[in-house]
Amino acid sequence: MASGDVVEMVWDPVTRIVGSLGIYTKIDFSQGKVVECYSTSSIFRGYSIFMKGKDPRDAHFITSRICGICGDNHCACSCYNQQMAYGIHPPAMGEWIVNLGEAAEYMFDHNIFQENLVGVDYCEKMVSETNPGVLDMANKTAAPHAEEHGYATIGDIMRSLNPLSGEFYREALHVSRYTREMFCLMEGRHVHPSTLYPGGVGTVPTIQLFTDYLTRLMRYLEFMKKVVPIHDDLFDFFYEAIPGYEEVGRRRVLLGCWGSLMDPSVCDFKYENMSTWGDAAYVTPGVVVDGKLVTHDLVKINLGIRILLGSSYYEDWEGDEVFVKNDPLGNPVDVRHPWNQHTKPRPQKRDFQDKYSWTMSPRWFDGKDYLALDTGGGPLARLWPTALAGILNTPYVKSTGHSITIDFPKTATKGPVSFEWEIPEWSNALERNRARTYFQAYSAGLALFFVEEALKELRAGHTQTWTPFKVPDEAISCGFTEAVRGVLSHHMVIRGGKIANYHPYPPTPWNGSVRDSYGTPGPYEDAVQNTPIFEENEPENFKGIDIMRAVRSFDPCLPCGVHMYLGGGSGQGKVVRRMHSPTVLPLER
Amino acid sequence: MAAAARRGRPAPAKEAEAPTVHILWMNGGLSCDGDSVALTAATQPSIEEIVLGALPGLPNLAVHWPLIDYECGPQEGADTFIEWFYKAERGEVDPFVLVVEGSIPNEAIKKEGYWCGFGNNFETGQPMTTSEWLDRLAPKALAIVAVGTCATYGGIHAMAGNPTGAMGVPDYLGWGWKSKAGIPIVCIPGCPAHGDNMSETFLYLLYMATGQAPMIPLDEALRPRWLFGATVHEGCDRAGYYEQGDFATEYGSPKCLVKLGCWGPVVKCNVPKRGWINGVGGCPNVGGICIGCTMPGFPDKFMPFMDEPPGAKVSTAASGAYGAVIRGLRSFTMKTTDTEPSWRKPGSELLTGAKKTWA
Repeated sequence: MASGDVVEMVWDPVTRIVGSLGIYTKIDFSQGKVVECYSTSSIFRGYSIFMKGKDPRDAHFITSRICGICGDNHCACSCYNQQMAYGIHPPAMGEWIVNLGEAAEYMFDHNIFQENLVGVDYCEKMVSETNPGVLDMANKTAAPHAEEHGYATIGDIMRSLNPLSGEFYREALHVSRYTREMFCLMEGRHVHPSTLYPGGVGTVPTIQLFTDYLTRLMRYLEFMKKVVPIHDDLFDFFYEAIPGYEEVGRRRVLLGCWGSLMDPSVCDFKYENMSTWGDAAYVTPGVVVDGKLVTHDLVKINLGIRILLGSSYYEDWEGDEVFVKNDPLGNPVDVRHPWNQHTKPRPQKRDFQDKYSWTMSPRWFDGKDYLALDTGGGPLARLWPTALAGILNTPYVKSTGHSITIDFPKTATKGPVSFEWEIPEWSNALERNRARTYFQAYSAGLALFFVEEALKELRAGHTQTWTPFKVPDEAISCGFTEAVRGVLSHHMVIRGGKIANYHPYPPTPWNGSVRDSYGTPGPYEDAVQNTPIFEENEPENFKGIDIMRAVRSFDPCLPCGVHMYLGGGSGQGKVVRRMHSPTVLPLER
Repeated sequence: MAAAARRGRPAPAKEAEAPTVHILWMNGGLSCDGDSVALTAATQPSIEEIVLGALPGLPNLAVHWPLIDYECGPQEGADTFIEWFYKAERGEVDPFVLVVEGSIPNEAIKKEGYWCGFGNNFETGQPMTTSEWLDRLAPKALAIVAVGTCATYGGIHAMAGNPTGAMGVPDYLGWGWKSKAGIPIVCIPGCPAHGDNMSETFLYLLYMATGQAPMIPLDEALRPRWLFGATVHEGCDRAGYYEQGDFATEYGSPKCLVKLGCWGPVVKCNVPKRGWINGVGGCPNVGGICIGCTMPGFPDKFMPFMDEPPGAKVSTAASGAYGAVIRGLRSFTMKTTDTEPSWRKPGSELLTGAKKTWA
């Protein structure tokens, strides 16, 4: 094709993610980069609308259904939220069981996503079709950690990731099943738990329960001893093989983490004590801007959340009733905070110059700017503040103030192994992916500690798992946790014993948000714009692998919101032409 | 996925002549993708066993499933997932089984825009709605399978007060709908649907499509009879406590959960018997109340979930004396919960009780 052409290209729906995401782009092939990107989510369901007037005790059963891969994170978050509203906390045994279930979710979900969804973007078949030169090099490159994982070359690792025919691909599917069995031992059913309730769990704690969990967990530890070095080798190779690959999916370091996995000896779920029990969580909450930890105080994090509408299909709620003027500590609460949000859908034509998505634009206000935080797909934004805060100190996982150490004991065929995750230079596609692998190991290390704590309770005869409660007539409350792919908050207002307002904010509205009221693009849009194109194919058989790697690194989960659109643009003096049918952008403008 | 399957299985010449059955999986309804995710947990058979032809008598198969599909190219470009749906519409893919995940919102209750879309409509430059795809593909499909309670009966997104007028596939196409091959809509409910319930039903349908099995036996709610013929209670290992009139009063107890909100006695579902994954987990068998998530009346007729079901009072008081009276009462409750609320239907009115914030 003629050089200088800017081509509009669309991925809709994006495969190997959860849900319907559209990515609409304009690509400048002569300069080899994406010029413009819009992401759009194509479903609206209306949870905040149909939850109004319902019994607050139904909230966790209902909100679990928001997401089909991390529904249990919603369920747990809603229970945290309700516990604040009802003024209760679970007995320690109940909390350990929740933590064990949630840790299993991280172990399962990151594993299947990393190897069976993301991994395919790095498999031999894909690389042979997009960058044959890179595959040649991979076949000749010895894997630095061959001894730990058994693959002699990088090419061998890539082959093991081929869908179905790849041995590691199939092993990962199997692992995704027994980790879900671990989850089901604690929370009953994946992905919408049957045994979680406000106040604790219905799971019966027995020696058998924890033994069944522990035996599977130790198999997972053994598996991770191989997986961490596999991914270090694979991702390091891409930096080496394709100079400049650090720019793929790169954006400013703007990370948010709301903390997860509570310490029952500290956490009473009272808002007044939230700064203290937030810090005690086994994943430390925090906002990291340009590499600096701006805050790790959950109260400050809560008060900084703002919901902007921007390019989404909703009417503003300006002038509508304000539910919460001050938080329980007396701090003023903004009208654009989720406690005060009213959701008013207004379906309309998709117009990329105006409104183009069902995803809103959550932002975090630092007192000056409305920051478009991302979650780095979850793990990157969890490890970063946890490493910087230097609080976490458990037998197998520790924060050093600049890194995180993970120490695994001996397993069936492998001796003790230690890993250290160090803060990377960039927030980009490869580091989001690398962090995912390390966080799998992190979760396994914590789970081992949780099993030991639960067994201590059991051996001491503390088998109560649930605390009774009464639903108050009036309450305001919030719950925070980390869904697998990042920040999750639930905000509730109870009046007359019924839900008066309920607004959940999962990670994808943050990552997949659209251009906000100030014109700031959302993280997917931002990370894809300026992504360089290294794929060797001509536009006619272009797959967009670099773009897909950038997008998938965020672990998109669209039931909670995204589509990407390439287009637009502005390329002065350049011919903007459509490659195919005009489905997307009004390019003439 | 499809390409990998073709590569991974060197087919003998004779087999290659047989037509390939395509499975088109549309997750564009109002869903959470939980049924797709649950299917990846299936082991009896597993999805890879179906695709790789690990069981005898399976036809050549090409699965187009967004969750783990290899194909990821741009619209109308190379290796594009959504292209298979356009091909099916043009009649270039035949035979195909259409799998629908998610409830069908009512796109007729507003003047413009869309509640949900799946790819684009090239004529309008707007998203192709899920109901448009159903209109276009239903007449050409060998069979339609609705997976999960959203697609079968509306589910959570169709609860009272919902803004989208959501409904199930049979509500949208008509409960009497039959494919060109004379097959009714096959419903596999569950929130999410059980992985093995899905893979086992797909296996049955593939045998049926190749003339190796008779018409799939479905009940009045279009569920496979062998999977949904018994109640939760009948398969629950805590039923012994029920018989003894020994009921849990707090969550975490190993006893019968009926007084804590369990609807097991009237809900048609095999999960306590089957377990959730490889026999592990479940609902009342492991301490989780049954909230009726496989039922047409879900969720409205079971809420608030944590209250004791009204029918349970009578039957628990008289438990141990299983008589005709109890069975009669139970059958009344079952009929109610086995029926959808009245607002789940097509038309231009929003009947759910939600207030419109649009024109």
